[in-house]
Amino acid sequence: METYTWLRTFADSWHLLFMFCFFIGVFIFILRPGANKVHDDTANMIFRNDDKPGGGNTGPSTGGRNNPKEAR
Amino acid sequence: MWDYIKLAVLGLVVVVAAVAASMARDLAYLVHMLVIILAAVITFIWVIRRIGEPAPVANANEYMDGPIRYGVIATAFWGVVGFLVGVVIAAQLTWPQLNFEWVQGYLNFGRLRPLHTSAVIFAFGGNALIASAFYVVQRTSAARLFGGGLAWFVFWGYQLFIVMAATGYVLGSTQGNEYAEPEWLTDLWLTIVWVAFLLVFMGTIIKRREPHIYVANWFYMAFIITVAMLHLVNNLAIPVSVFGSKSVPVWSGVQSAMIQWWYGHNAVGFFLTAGFLGMMYYFIPKQAERPVYSYKLSIMHFWALIFLYIWAGPHHLHYTALPDWAQTLGMTFSIMLWMPSWGGMINGLMTLSGAWDKLRTDPIIRMMVVSVGFYGMATFEGPMMSIKAVNSLSHYTDWTVGHVHSGALGWNGMITFGMLYYLVPKLWQRQGLYSLSLVSWHFWLATIGIVLYAASMWVTGIMEGLMWREVDAQGFLVNSFADTVAAKFPMYVVRTLGGVLFLTGAVIMCYNLWKTVTSSPRRDAAPAAAAVPAE
Repeated sequence: METYTWLRTFADSWHLLFMFCFFIGVFIFILRPGANKVHDDTANMIFRNDDKPGGGNTGPSTGGRNNPKEAR
Repeated sequence: MWDYIKLAVLGLVVVVAAVAASMARDLAYLVHMLVIILAAVITFIWVIRRIGEPAPVANANEYMDGPIRYGVIATAFWGVVGFLVGVVIAAQLTWPQLNFEWVQGYLNFGRLRPLHTSAVIFAFGGNALIASAFYVVQRTSAARLFGGGLAWFVFWGYQLFIVMAATGYVLGSTQGNEYAEPEWLTDLWLTIVWVAFLLVFMGTIIKRREPHIYVANWFYMAFIITVAMLHLVNNLAIPVSVFGSKSVPVWSGVQSAMIQWWYGHNAVGFFLTAGFLGMMYYFIPKQAERPVYSYKLSIMHFWALIFLYIWAGPHHLHYTALPDWAQTLGMTFSIMLWMPSWGGMINGLMTLSGAWDKLRTDPIIRMMVVSVGFYGMATFEGPMMSIKAVNSLSHYTDWTVGHVHSGALGWNGMITFGMLYYLVPKLWQRQGLYSLSLVSWHFWLATIGIVLYAASMWVTGIMEGLMWREVDAQGFLVNSFADTVAAKFPMYVVRTLGGVLFLTGAVIMCYNLWKTVTSSPRRDAAPAAAAVPAE
């Protein structure tokens, strides 16, 4: 079979199905039970390690005038 | 030993480039070889002056901020250059006499236009992306940048790419593909630099100390990998001679057009959107001192955006030789793209929920919020313009230009300014910015500039589209092309004024950042005088 033809057929059958299932799967995985804790922790990660790798949140670290605080 | 290898390689580069320069078949190639010789000689001198010195020890317990500081300076510098060229070409369109006869073929509109687009997208935007990616990936991975001096190579290599691209445009070395103008030699160099960028970024992610990869890093990763793929495929070309800058593209006909706009639209989608969304998801929560509104929504935003964006390119080729099904596919995906875009916008804006008062007191947050607002407006306007019926009016008119600029000036520009205002006091250990009222001045000048720009382009674009399609009772076209050009004059004046305001704001920013570094008090100075921490 011609390369174009089989690639074309594969693209709009099995590969389309794979991408659709992967996409839906991502959403199901995001909404899985128990993910809230992980997501909360990850969302707050940016308030750690501001000045040193693994050094925690030390010293006044924001560029503005306010003192930093870990928001929760 | 390593230093001597470096010196040998640099010496070899100089000799090869000198031979190539003597064989050069065109001026652009000659200039590129001279630029390479200059860069190699400077690096040679830099290496030889440091030979025998003990190698600097990289402290794994510190972040590597040197290249980021340089990147911040380069962002501000190239930003002003790019905006200035933009104002010049806007004035050239308004008053064609500014295409001076004595620089015809070098500094006329046709040569300066790609210089402007590449300067703002790749030089201003690219440096902002590289600098912020290096900053964010270190902080969210709790790890020092991977690869030692490789980050420096990325920074300087990228500047060399910019200089080669810019000189090439002025001297007429171009592939003629929008946003992909650089010829093969410059393209090859960018490929090397980009692979190094990917290595530094991924290496840092791999050695991270945090268990999860923060969502901003996902956006940066998508940006780096996709841009690499787009760049390689769209720039497949065979050089006519190794001693000349001209090359012949592998693609031809409608395939060439489709690949170009697959590239072109994803340059918007992954360079100007995904990369800058990485910035948004880090710097807005940091400046607002609140975590992102919904982390789940941010992951959905990421996956939906990358799944849909890659298919949207064909909307640039409505009513062309491209098959109808491909045009409709591009239109459909563009409309679907509205959903993740607005999901992301809502996520960015709602991060401020409970802290809206900061809008009154913090001009940096104001800048970031306006930026996200423009992201929302541009991602509504874009899908609308991709609808074939709308596109038949808007295509080839100034409406497109206005759309691009509300995205580029509003979204990319404003978020980058916000990032610079956040980063400079942090990177130079200052207590705060030199002047917040100057930030307000910048904010208002830039915002009014964008509004003037977008509004005048809407008016002139729709007017132009309507004039082109106007027919009389016998079915003859009413207007000649020159009539539409003449009718645009007042809007072009307004557009130029908008550009001048935006440029003025950027110059004020540079002054403010300069004063922050040179005369704002140091961060550790004040607390140390008050009390010594008991540690």
